[in-house]
Amino acid sequence: MSASPALDHVQAGAHGHHYTTTGLDSRKIAIWAFIGSECMLFASLISTYLIYKGRSVVGPFPHEACAPPACQVPLKAILNIPVTSASTFVLLMSSLAMVLALAAVENRNLPKLTTGDRILGSSKLWLWATCILGATFLAFQAFEFTSFVHEGLSIRTNLFGSSFFTLTGFHGAHVTAGVIWLGTLLAIDYKRGLGPGDAINVDIAALYWHFVDVVWIAIFTLIYLIR
Amino acid sequence: MAQQDSAPKGHGGHASGAAAGGAHVAPAADDAHAHAHPTWKQYKWVALILTAITVVEVWIYYIPSFVASKLFVPALLIMSAVKFAIVVLFYMHLKYDARLFRALFTGPLIIAVVTIISLMFLFGHLAIRVGS
Repeated sequence: MSASPALDHVQAGAHGHHYTTTGLDSRKIAIWAFIGSECMLFASLISTYLIYKGRSVVGPFPHEACAPPACQVPLKAILNIPVTSASTFVLLMSSLAMVLALAAVENRNLPKLTTGDRILGSSKLWLWATCILGATFLAFQAFEFTSFVHEGLSIRTNLFGSSFFTLTGFHGAHVTAGVIWLGTLLAIDYKRGLGPGDAINVDIAALYWHFVDVVWIAIFTLIYLIR
Repeated sequence: MAQQDSAPKGHGGHASGAAAGGAHVAPAADDAHAHAHPTWKQYKWVALILTAITVVEVWIYYIPSFVASKLFVPALLIMSAVKFAIVVLFYMHLKYDARLFRALFTGPLIIAVVTIISLMFLFGHLAIRVGS
């Protein structure tokens, strides 16, 4: 019993869990509240993009090709759907790898009888897979940004460029933070091994990673596919 | 595969004997790990469904007659919403987790969606035609 009754509600419980009066781990409450606030951040960025959509005075434009005499310089639609579809698939698969990493950490102590069990039960393998897929997504984004700049679209070119680079740049920054976070979990796994006691930490990282994935699901449809 | 096919335990969800009347919560060891998560097979199916929906999304993008129809945008929005819901419910375990987590996510999500729709109306990207 602590001096303050209020502190009793937030004392760490068994296995270092931080339970609250709700009976829920405070760290999970915090990450869900953070994810909720992030929803509103990305809503503001998506709103900005949609408000400015179709209002750029000069090209390049996202979907609309422009040929003389409408334009002095012929312009083609700048969004590369095949490349972005591939990067979307990569990010979706990274979410699968992440849930498998979490399951592997939770089931670390279970016996692994078959080769399949050993593969599915390797948290290092799935954390590596998630990191590599996340880095691959970032490489796709770097390729896309570079090609856009070469085609004459920068953040200062027009309203499309400003809102597009801000939105996708913020998302890319979130993916980068996620890859670094997963890298720290991998380092811990190599140093002392991640076990069921660490599952909550991996779960929090996984929730963040999946959130980054669902934001991209919205961006891919609203920005890339809807003309 | 037997290992993962048995539903992995959840974590960070309800502690057993959750607080009653604000009393201190004392989770009994790993009883706190009360919520089941999807199995490996379910994860695999979720990934396949997400991939299939993405393929359909991209496929209809390349059908000019469908792009020109009124169904194009609603179809994409519905497919995107389904993908969003699947990831949140299964990969983020919201289907199996505490109601407070659902509230913490869906509350701001509703505010975010209403904000986007309101701004679309405000800036003239959406309109409701009243009368003839």
